[in-house]
Amino acid sequence: MPRLKIEDLDKIVEKQKKTMSLREGAGRVKITVHMGTCGISAGARKIMAAVMSCVEKSGASDIVITTSGCAGFCSREPMMTVEVIEQAPIKYMELDDKKVGRIFDEHVMKGNIVEEYALALGSEQAL
Amino acid sequence: MNVTPQKTKESKARVGERPGGYRMHLMLCAGTGCVSSGSYKIKDALERELKKRGLSSEVAVVMTGCNGFCAQGPVMVVQPDEIFYQRLGEKDIPHLVEEHLLKGRPVERLMYTPPAGKAAVPKMSDIGFFEKQRLLALRNRGLIDPEVIDEYIARGGYKALAQVLTEMKPEEVVKELIASGLRGRGGGGFPTGVKWKTCREAPGEPKYVVCNADEGDPGAYMDRSIIEGDPHSVLEGMAIAAYAIGSSRGYIYIRHEYPLATERLEKGIADAREYGLLGKNIFDKGFDFDVGIHRGAGAFVCGESTALMASMEGRPGEPRAKYIHTVEHGLWDRPTNLNNVETYANVPPIILRGAEWFTSIGTGDVSENPWGGSKGTKVFSLVGKVHNTGLVEVPMGISLKEIVFDIGGGIPNGKKFKAVQTGGPSGGVIPENLLDLPVDFDQLTKVGSMMGSGGMIVMDETDCMVDIARYFIDFLIGESCGKCLPCREGLTQISALLNDICNGEAKEDTIELLEELSNTVKECSLCALGGSAPNPVLSTLRYFRDEYEAHVKDKQCPAGVCKALITYSIDPDKCTGCLLCLRNCPQDAISGEKKKPHKIQADLCIKCGICRDICTYDAVVVR
Repeated sequence: MPRLKIEDLDKIVEKQKKTMSLREGAGRVKITVHMGTCGISAGARKIMAAVMSCVEKSGASDIVITTSGCAGFCSREPMMTVEVIEQAPIKYMELDDKKVGRIFDEHVMKGNIVEEYALALGSEQAL
Repeated sequence: MNVTPQKTKESKARVGERPGGYRMHLMLCAGTGCVSSGSYKIKDALERELKKRGLSSEVAVVMTGCNGFCAQGPVMVVQPDEIFYQRLGEKDIPHLVEEHLLKGRPVERLMYTPPAGKAAVPKMSDIGFFEKQRLLALRNRGLIDPEVIDEYIARGGYKALAQVLTEMKPEEVVKELIASGLRGRGGGGFPTGVKWKTCREAPGEPKYVVCNADEGDPGAYMDRSIIEGDPHSVLEGMAIAAYAIGSSRGYIYIRHEYPLATERLEKGIADAREYGLLGKNIFDKGFDFDVGIHRGAGAFVCGESTALMASMEGRPGEPRAKYIHTVEHGLWDRPTNLNNVETYANVPPIILRGAEWFTSIGTGDVSENPWGGSKGTKVFSLVGKVHNTGLVEVPMGISLKEIVFDIGGGIPNGKKFKAVQTGGPSGGVIPENLLDLPVDFDQLTKVGSMMGSGGMIVMDETDCMVDIARYFIDFLIGESCGKCLPCREGLTQISALLNDICNGEAKEDTIELLEELSNTVKECSLCALGGSAPNPVLSTLRYFRDEYEAHVKDKQCPAGVCKALITYSIDPDKCTGCLLCLRNCPQDAISGEKKKPHKIQADLCIKCGICRDICTYDAVVVR
């Protein structure tokens, strides 16, 4: 471990940013993967892995990933909800790796809802 | 690498190292309290279960410093959801991992339920205990792994040191500290900036920076928690102090009973040295500073500045007269700046956010006079007869009522609040009619108590004030160094008088004698230990004189504590004749038949209280 220069402090802050924003609850986007029994058997664990690898590849530090129970629409699992801060949450259904990749690029990173995979628009209420 | 290549353990950056990071952090408390209630067992169980469920790459277990809610330990906060779990047991873990960590359904059964409420409170910030707190000294509490220096830096750590070394002259640092109104958190409440200024201007080289971590008040443990939870905040504060006063050598005097805190300090010092944050030419700015640890044997008197320095020099820990100041003639007769752990921990945020921000918190006005108010926050260890015992950091000026009832959750078992004792053995009691008192240095002193290092013991109607005074006096007899007569002999005689009162052997004039003797000890003792030792007596006399008089004149102990003055009896209306007390009495002093009221034979009863504790019908009466 080398001696630090003053500018190294900021580098460490940057490196740890994701860790800290997670603990401080300071995310820009929250992605919820639905992990009910139905979700898990339809492949929600794989969806979780795909989401995590998307986040990792993007290097973004302001995305919070969490899980929740059954969304109540078991036939359309696996599902996930994407909630950009101060916007209504959107539920996506019948997901696979490819769809997750597109939703991540379009919705999470650019803010454009991928309508064709969405369960319904406007059915969700912002918390 | 620079300076003393001591044992530098492999620096870990556990959580930050995984490239993609984890989606969830389990912030498990590893303060001494939670460790002793088993948090490392919980850690193992969690890791085992995570592995079993294939979640090891998604969820990380992070051991943090003390979370503060020690009564509910082991405690854990799940981030990013901020769900607070308490009193975890190993057998709760499989269910918890499956339900919450995998399926996202927080487990209500393991959450906190407030004493008065029925519903569990999932989020930590919604729990009354945490809601009213304001964290400055404990700013990283539960957010970082104290053994990972990168996590301290990630929360703005060592930025203040960088700032003073690049942008501020030492005089400016001193000026900023004076303007902030920060006063010593160890008890005295002396303005920190003024102390730094005097030490800076004192002639003599080298100068020393010493951190007082000899926390000795019964029931107080905030300094231990700060070191255990965030050791670098103390090291950074010391480095800034050293720069301000012109010192390059620091020592931390820590008691031997704090092994975990010492271990984390050692690790912190080693990591800071590797990063060049301690040692020669820090940040290439020509400033040298390094820190050593000195272990104390755990004598209360060694918290006193001159006794502490005597102990560091290898002499008996005895204080000397105060007119020779340690800022001029301290350690090895050199100018020495001694501050408490919590004081140092407050320094980096003051530098980073400015004196003006700091003065916006707290009471009074320090713009003209550094003694003019109490600024910032204070950490208290809230213990005794209160629901939520633990460590709380509150803004100066908060009322005692808010601390005891809103944060502490009130008195358990439906008992009535009686008094709160602040300032440890040197402090005093504050009765119910002063509950609205804003807590700061000057208000507490005004009512005959003191801030002290921040112990806060809550008492209910079953606590006898004479007995409490006796407890503290006996503690101080054991801790008196014996150098000066008023403290050595005076306290022994005070204790004898208190024993007379508790045993019902006091004469009419005992209370007056007690008062006179207490005032003499207070005036004539050499150091602050003796000078404040009679406070528990004087303050209980001030507010609970009637209770003393009941002991002396009526030979009664109203709280039902002093054995010589109480009798146990059974209320025949409440007794159902269940035989439970009769079977458990070690003296066979209880007689009676099934379904008929029992009786206690006074001449056989040793007043052990077992019958009262065991009775389900509240039928045992103490008078």
